[in-house]
Amino acid sequence: MNAGEQAALIDRVREQRARGERLAPADARALFDCHDLPALGALADAERWRLWPDAEVTYVIGRNLSYTNVCWVRCRFCAFYRPPGSSEGYTYDRDLIAAKIDELVEMGGREVLFQGGLNPALKLDWYLDTFRWIKSTWDVHLHALSPAEILYIAHISSLPLDRTLGQLRDAGLDTVPGAGGEILVDRVRKILAPGKDMADEWIDFMRTCHRLGIRTSSTMMYGSVETLDERVEHLDRLRGLQDETGGFNSFIPWSFQPELTEMPEIPKASAFDYLRTLAIARIYLDNIRSIQASWVTQGPKVAQVSLRFGVNDFGSTVIEENVVSAAGTTYTMDLPEMERLIRDAGFMPVRRDTHYNRLARAPEPSPDQAISATGAAYLNSAATGAPAGMPPRPSR
Amino acid sequence: MQDAIARAGLESIHRKVIEGERLSGDDGLALFASPDINVLGHLANLVRERRSGDLCYFVRNQHINYTNVCNKDCTFCAFYVRPGDPAGYTLSVEDVRRRVEEQIHEPVTEVHMVAGINPRLPYDYYMDIIRAVKSVRPNVTVKAYTMVEIAEIARVGRRPIERVWEDLKAAGLDSLPGGGAEVLSDRVHALTFRLKQTPAEWLSMARSAHRAGLRSNATMLYGHIETHAERVEHLLRLREVQDETGGFLTFIPLAFHPENTEMAHLPSTTGMDDLRQIAIARLMLDNFDHIKSFWIMVSPQISQLSLWYGADDMDGTIIREEITHAAGARTPQGLTRSQLVALIREAGRRPVERDALYRPVAAVAAA
Repeated sequence: MNAGEQAALIDRVREQRARGERLAPADARALFDCHDLPALGALADAERWRLWPDAEVTYVIGRNLSYTNVCWVRCRFCAFYRPPGSSEGYTYDRDLIAAKIDELVEMGGREVLFQGGLNPALKLDWYLDTFRWIKSTWDVHLHALSPAEILYIAHISSLPLDRTLGQLRDAGLDTVPGAGGEILVDRVRKILAPGKDMADEWIDFMRTCHRLGIRTSSTMMYGSVETLDERVEHLDRLRGLQDETGGFNSFIPWSFQPELTEMPEIPKASAFDYLRTLAIARIYLDNIRSIQASWVTQGPKVAQVSLRFGVNDFGSTVIEENVVSAAGTTYTMDLPEMERLIRDAGFMPVRRDTHYNRLARAPEPSPDQAISATGAAYLNSAATGAPAGMPPRPSR
Repeated sequence: MQDAIARAGLESIHRKVIEGERLSGDDGLALFASPDINVLGHLANLVRERRSGDLCYFVRNQHINYTNVCNKDCTFCAFYVRPGDPAGYTLSVEDVRRRVEEQIHEPVTEVHMVAGINPRLPYDYYMDIIRAVKSVRPNVTVKAYTMVEIAEIARVGRRPIERVWEDLKAAGLDSLPGGGAEVLSDRVHALTFRLKQTPAEWLSMARSAHRAGLRSNATMLYGHIETHAERVEHLLRLREVQDETGGFLTFIPLAFHPENTEMAHLPSTTGMDDLRQIAIARLMLDNFDHIKSFWIMVSPQISQLSLWYGADDMDGTIIREEITHAAGARTPQGLTRSQLVALIREAGRRPVERDALYRPVAAVAAA
């Protein structure tokens, strides 16, 4: 497309959306060929204001609890897992889990992102006992597991999925992260993770959750081996299921992190690619209300800019993140820094719960706090040290 | 975009940009007050494409920071050590020659040399290191010495400035970088770089260089204690000199990096601020041909985005950047040519390899 055709497409999409017409797959694909980034941003920003009329950006205080790194699936894009039997494998005991949740609660947080690997040693009872214990000990929200983990738990426990999910829900599972969405196209999934669920299975899983009243998030991991058409197909599958169930709380895209995976030859997706993908997703997913920034993969600077590309939520102050950092990207951000970035972008920071209910506007910072924000100390290197509590990375 | 421009209250500025009318200082402040980065980008891109179309310039260059010894004590600097400090280093003429030889396999077209103010260096040193570069690479363009270093060269040489320019040109100097301007405000000067020349002196030195037939760049170090009004003042003062001489090649906003400086308590610049600064510079500096987004300072990611927010230059491959990295920069110390070209192409821009004077070295073949 030449510049004139690009401008005409942007104008047409704007007018269609103003009339409430849905973005067609072919137009979404064509928008990927539009390079005018401010124009794409403005389209997505208009959608954002339609869905979120207040100049507010939400975030949640939460922590990752990567309860085990043992996993037999061997996804080619993962640098976090250790195969069963590896001397570097771990599973958290209750003392460690308790210490981590205590730390979260002391910081005023409530969201526990409880995720790990497909560990053959952990059967359904382990999860039920652990969840019941957590929910009876702390007032926290369990944003837990992932489709692949739950499908596997059902499998090794010889239970149907809906009964497994029902028992987990009754034991305290509140919401399920939409992890493992990757790209919902089997061609891509067979290359990335042939041992994991295929696209239909992932969608069916989400449908089952939603039917049982378990809300979930949805994700996309772009920038690996998929085509732009396949990105659009992914968005279309999410939009289709959301029409049916309405059970997705949010959508969170992030880029494939090639370092230290088995596919290091794939160049890392750029900031330009992130922002256009985000903008097109915001326009396409007209029925998913919240879109979350991925500052863990994009860094604080690009994540802040994303607030004008359709993002209304800054995600979680991740106290501990092991999976992405195992692949070499480590950005850290504390609460004052997150709030500074949100304010600097022209929005009011607002704390929320995992269901995107607003809890409180953040207090205005005192002049002292405003300058004591420790700054975006981002460490963008695939270098040395493993995160605290983690075994060293393997040399594969 | 029309709706967003109206919502941002920037319709009159939009009209001025379309008609090519000069923006006022108040317009600059209104742009800084707008949080809508896409509107700023749209406006800046109108000017950017009028001047450079879809081109994005880059250079294959080598940085040589010949000394870290400096007697200026600037509060925003993490690179310098005071004279007498054991951590100080100064490259000999032979060291400089060797640095260039080490990179002889790279098709570098520009050698960029800036450093601290080491009062013990004699006048001839400054001429000799240029000659050393040229003796190894006769065809390279040498871009060296900020206006602050030029003032020191004139002082130590006890020569009138016109004579200094002639000597530098005879030694092989091709152009001048834009550093040392910091923020062209007397208040900021007094608080952060008071031992350096004043803003008025920096500007008059630039005028003098341009009169001597040398082109130079201009920078601004933003994101520390300066106000938006001071940033606008800085741009207006540059624009005024440019009207007079036409000698500035490019404007380069430099994001302040707090780590290891006396202002380490300050946060880093944000992505929005980096893009905002690029866009507003493009809009205010209507008489500058180029706006450079220096990826070393703002990150390659933001630099790529800036190609739609007013920038038409990404600097270059930069072998061994040391000054910003002393202030904790996490960016790489160099990018390969193919990495740069890929970033530019993906953003829908056409890469053009240039030399220090923006002469095309080679059109980059289509992939």
